[in-house]
Formats: sequence, C-alpha cells, structure tokens
Amino acid sequence: MNIVVCVKQIPDPAAPQSLDGSHNLDRSGKLILDEADTYGVEMALQLVDKAGSGEVTVVSMGSAADLAGVRNALAMGAAKAIMVSDDALRGTDALGTAKVLAEAIKRVNPDLVLCATESSDGYTGTTPVQVAELLGLPSITFAKSVTVDGSTVKVDRQTEAGYDEVTSPLPCVLTVTAGVVEPRYASFKGIMAAKSKPVEILSIGDLGLAAVTGPAGARQQITSVVAAESRAAGEKHVDEGNAAQEIITFLESIKVL
Amino acid sequence: MAISNIWVVVEPGTSGLTTTSLELLTNARTYGATVSAITWENGSSFAAQAGEYGATTLFDVGSLGGALPGAPVASAIAALVASQGAPDAILIPTSYDGRDIAGRLSARLDRPVLTNVTGLSDDGGLVTEHPAFGGTQIVKAKFTGEGPGIIVVRAKSFAAESGGGAAANVVSAPAGDTGATGAAKIVTSHVEERTGPQLEEAAVVVSGGRGLGEAANYVLISDAAKLLNGAAGASRAIVDAGWVPYSAQVGQTGKTVKPTVYIACGISGATQHMVGMKGSKNIVAINKDPEAPIFQMADFGIVGDVLKVLPELITALKARG
Repeated sequence: MNIVVCVKQIPDPAAPQSLDGSHNLDRSGKLILDEADTYGVEMALQLVDKAGSGEVTVVSMGSAADLAGVRNALAMGAAKAIMVSDDALRGTDALGTAKVLAEAIKRVNPDLVLCATESSDGYTGTTPVQVAELLGLPSITFAKSVTVDGSTVKVDRQTEAGYDEVTSPLPCVLTVTAGVVEPRYASFKGIMAAKSKPVEILSIGDLGLAAVTGPAGARQQITSVVAAESRAAGEKHVDEGNAAQEIITFLESIKVL
Repeated sequence: MAISNIWVVVEPGTSGLTTTSLELLTNARTYGATVSAITWENGSSFAAQAGEYGATTLFDVGSLGGALPGAPVASAIAALVASQGAPDAILIPTSYDGRDIAGRLSARLDRPVLTNVTGLSDDGGLVTEHPAFGGTQIVKAKFTGEGPGIIVVRAKSFAAESGGGAAANVVSAPAGDTGATGAAKIVTSHVEERTGPQLEEAAVVVSGGRGLGEAANYVLISDAAKLLNGAAGASRAIVDAGWVPYSAQVGQTGKTVKPTVYIACGISGATQHMVGMKGSKNIVAINKDPEAPIFQMADFGIVGDVLKVLPELITALKARG
C-alpha cells in the first residue's frame, strides 16, 4: 500500500510571528515540520507496516532552501519526498496550494492520501478537501481512528455530538486529528538514513501550473491589518492559601454565584 | 457595486438549524440583498426557521443517502450557480461538514475560499475579518476576481436574531451524480453522553491545560465545571496529548467560546488558545508562572498551583450547596 502524506514546513510557532510588507507570513527564519503533520506521517507508517508492503511518500510545497522539516518526516520512516518549490509560489492561496499538491500527488498515484486537519500557521483547513476534489477522490476529514480492510478504509470521524463510523473505497483522502496516534521520535539511525533518502525538487513549470500560483492566482487580497481591541490585565494575586475564597468572591461580584 | 444576492449554507442540527447557521442568516440580511439558504436531508422542515431568520428561498438538496455532506452539497451548489447565476457571496458555517463543503465547492467552481472569518462588512463587496497572531491583530481581506466569494465564518461571530420573515419558499436542488467524490458513507453515528450545558452555550467555562500535570487530574476541571453549572474545556496541548477529546478544545483550531466567565486552569495562554476565548466577558486565570501570557488578559489572576487551588475551590463550592 502506497501512501502520500502532505506536510508543511512552518516557522516555529513558539517564536514571534509577523507579516512582511506584502502581508505574507514572514518565513525567513528557521522552518520546522508542522507538529500537526507528524500524526499523518505516523499513521501512514503504521498502515504500510500493517499492509506488509508499500511505502510512504511525503509531498510538500515551500522553500527548498531549508529541508529540515521534510528530512524529519523521512527520519521518522518515510521513503522519499517531493518538494514543490518555486519563487512564483509565494502568496499562493489554499486552492492554488491544492492544485500544486494534487499535481505532485498524481505522480505517486497512491492508495491513500493523509493530511493534517489544518496547518498550524495558515489554518485555512480546506486544502486537503480541495486536493480530493481536484483528484476526483472521496475524502473523510477529522479522522480519529483509521483502519484499512482490503480496498476499503474505515474511519471514526469526529462530529459535534460524538463520532461517525464512515467507510470509503480507496483511493481516498483523509485528514487526521492530533492524538490519532502517538508520533514516534526519529531514531539516530533514522536521522542518518534520512540524509540519503531521495528528495525530488520540482518547479511549478515541471508540474505545468504557472497560472494558478502567486498572489494573482489567489484572487483575494488583504486590504489592511489592524490591531484588535485588546483586553487589559486585571488583578493578579499570589496564592497565600485563600485563592479559592478570592475566586468565589470574584464570581459573586460578576453574579455568576 | 452593491451586494444583491447572498447564499447561506444552513446545517441541520439536533433540533432545527444549527445556531451558527442562524447567525449567518441574521448577518446576511443586513446588506439589503436577497438571501437564499441551502440545506439538505429534510429541507421543508426548516422552511419556517430559515424564513424567520431572513431567507426567502430555501434550496433543498434532499436526502444524501448516508454520504458525508461535503461532496453532494458542493455539487448541488455548483449546479445552482450554473442554473441561477453566481451570487455575490456564499456564507458557510465553520464546522466539520461546513469546511468540507467549502473546500469541495472552491475546487469545483475554481473560486477562492476565505476561512476563519469572524467579521464581515460592506464596501461595495464583502470585506472579511480574520483574527491573526492570537487575535491581537485583525486581517481584513476581500476577493478580487469574479464571484462567488466563498466565505467560511466561525461560530459566534454574529448574534442570531429573528427577522420575523415568512417561511422560505422551498426549491429542490439535487446533488446529481458525484461519482467517486461522494463515495464516503456514514455507517453508524455515535452520540457521546454529555451532561450539563454545551461548551459553546455555557455561561461558565472551566478549562484545563498542561499545568494539570496528568490526564487523571482533568477530573478537577469537570468537577469544578459541574459545580458552577458550566462546561469543561481544554487547551490544545492536552487534547494533542490525548487526555481529553477534541470536542473539548478551545482555541484557533477548536471551539470559540464567549461565556460570562472563563476560568483558565494551568493554561499558559498560547496565542492559538487566546483566539478561542478572548471574547469571554470575564477571564479568571490560575497559573504557577507569574509571567504566563494568560495573565495579560485575565480580569482576575491567581499565581498558584492549580492542583492546590482547584480542590480547595471544589470543596468551597460544595460547601455552598
């Protein structure tokens, strides 16, 4: 069973974030593998293990100057990576990204495509389903459990009220929630092996997609960025054994108690 | 160019349309445009409610035959765009199915989608507002190409208010053949037992984070929530760690809550969490670290150990009866 996992290299969420002059997220610093993607990588590795054959391919779009995030997925156990990287991709929106990923995925012709429910930096949350539509495939989002039985995938899908058991024929696109599996840490052996695993770097010309990318392809623009109404800090007390009582007094003052 | 035509995707809920659907209808009718709604399964049963909140026409996709809504509903909307012409905008609630519909529709129509919208205004076309960087900044955006703009709006961005309109005129809008894209089918639905108010509706929300130390201590959060007649929430950190289900998550990737009081216990206040709760009327924070960012927005902060303060609070609340 061959599985593609879509991953994204993002600026470290723990570091300060800002927009550049064109209202794009500043990505000039160090990039890491989005933690949200590690669940898909782990799930894919487990499914391939269980199937007994096949491999995991990582597909990504972004700067190829820093491949640490993609190498991290390879170190976990993915066999190879495709990175679509092109200056013309800067400012590409979710649909443009989906068009790029879909073209790259076609080259692998996988049985299953796994994605996070959304990236941790842009969090549009529509790209995986756009990819599915562009590839003409079914999709199941918010999977919290995934099993493959022959040519069918069975998923427990998170809902407002609980969860639904959903089935779909393969090939299919899934988004997996955090916590669906426990992502492994890359072993030293894995890290060393990742250095020599193939990373194919493609331009949008290689995919034949020039028109869909960049700000013009996005057909949307940021008109302004303004400061939100901020909340002022209120009282702060160090607990001296009476914190519970102080909270109750506060709750009484706002008439919750 | 005035906004003359808005379509709103309205989702069937457990009793009537979902609250977010009604919020979107309420907002859609403020632009002086013709508002139409799109729903599925048992459309005619929602005609009165859709009309009351502002829709004059209700397009009914009908039974989905167990398929997940994303593909068939997007297919039906694409067919409507072809037969009726494109509206200025299509508003869709942020929900599990809403995002699926938006993504599918965007790819089908080859039109962009704007998500995580928390505000809308009219400057000849719709301008969307998106919280960025933990809600400290608001990014405003608009579509530049041909319509329809697909706009996915977060819950609680607007208040839902009845407009007193007559029942909407129900028009059948079948999905047509969705082929492989519609092949994902629901086999069984499981409803998880829940007591007390819903997280998004509760007047009091008690949320726990990493500061609880371990999963077993989350019971302190649920106990305190129960005693305050509230709902229990969680930070992304402990949802990712598998302590509590995703449905309890408050934040950018989870739910948006605006209770009378939000009590953050052992939550440092990562920007991704703040987006989901900064609209709370009052915020109480308990955290060991006096420098935790959560204190910058707390009306009442306790620098202390949640594992000590919460049991005392629970005892005191029990004593009050």
